[in-house]
Amino acid sequence: MAKLKLKGHLINRDWCKGCGICVHFCPRKVLELDEFDKVVAVRPQDCVCCKLCELRCPDLAIEVQTEQD
Amino acid sequence: MPAREYIRERFFPHIWCPGCGHGIVLNGLVRAIENIGLKKNDIVMVSGIGCSSRIAGYMDFHTLHTIHGRALAFAIGVKMSRPDLTLLVPMGDGDALSIGGNHFIHACRRNIDMTAIVMNNRVYGMTGGQYSPLSGYGTMATTAPYTNIDQAFDVVSMATAAGATFVARATAYHVQQLPGILEEAIRHKGFSVVEVMTPCPTYFGRKNKEGSAVDMMENLKTRTTPIGSKAKQENPSLIERGIFVKKELPEYCAEYQRIVERAMKGK
Repeated sequence: MAKLKLKGHLINRDWCKGCGICVHFCPRKVLELDEFDKVVAVRPQDCVCCKLCELRCPDLAIEVQTEQD
Repeated sequence: MPAREYIRERFFPHIWCPGCGHGIVLNGLVRAIENIGLKKNDIVMVSGIGCSSRIAGYMDFHTLHTIHGRALAFAIGVKMSRPDLTLLVPMGDGDALSIGGNHFIHACRRNIDMTAIVMNNRVYGMTGGQYSPLSGYGTMATTAPYTNIDQAFDVVSMATAAGATFVARATAYHVQQLPGILEEAIRHKGFSVVEVMTPCPTYFGRKNKEGSAVDMMENLKTRTTPIGSKAKQENPSLIERGIFVKKELPEYCAEYQRIVERAMKGK
């Protein structure tokens, strides 16, 4: 399978409840919570598009968009 | 994202607490359904009462939000009248095994083609953190301030003993396996039971000092192991996950149809 290329992290700030699951389990520490306890992608260049954040998000608030999608 | 197509976006953000594992089950379920390629119109989701049962409101299928513990009874009614539909029955641990315990074991015994998803957070969340039949000995709950002395059911053993033809356990942490297990359960022709261990940081976690949602997810990782692993032999307290039972037995609706045909012939 070809290596996935990141287009961007689509974050729905209205749906994010700031549980921090995606932040903690990101293997590359791409995500962080901001001052409003909402997730932001602070190091998108490190993202390997494993999509674990997207799969684990209980609020369906994050989507990893790739060039291949 | 596949989710958008199968959810009722107008009801989002959902009512579940931050870090509630039920959302992760919803997330896994829409992916499983997308993989199978089912049409929304061919799916009926029947739920009872409780935090977990709210899932039916968020999914854009035919949905029935019924009475406490009786989701399986309603689902059997739907399935008997329209055997062509795919039935999904999400239930909480208390809903499925306490209030609806008898419905649960008899649905297993009948082997009617549907998928029961037991979202096990080990507590009654919606009503304020009372202990459930899956809380287990020694746990704390609002109704067990000096620890719970009831032993817990093992959903997998119980469903197996009652005769379910597909029995599996997954967790909200192991999201790479969850959609696959749900997919196999839905595809299985017969009664499928999938127990999904989910964290309830608000009640179970807080009462039992299990920390944040993240800590509880870490616990799911460290306290479970794949079926038949070496780790289980070394540490029997680990909880096994995976597919425990998968067998073929006559399905209830098909058998009933045969009875109808025999009766019509008069012999």
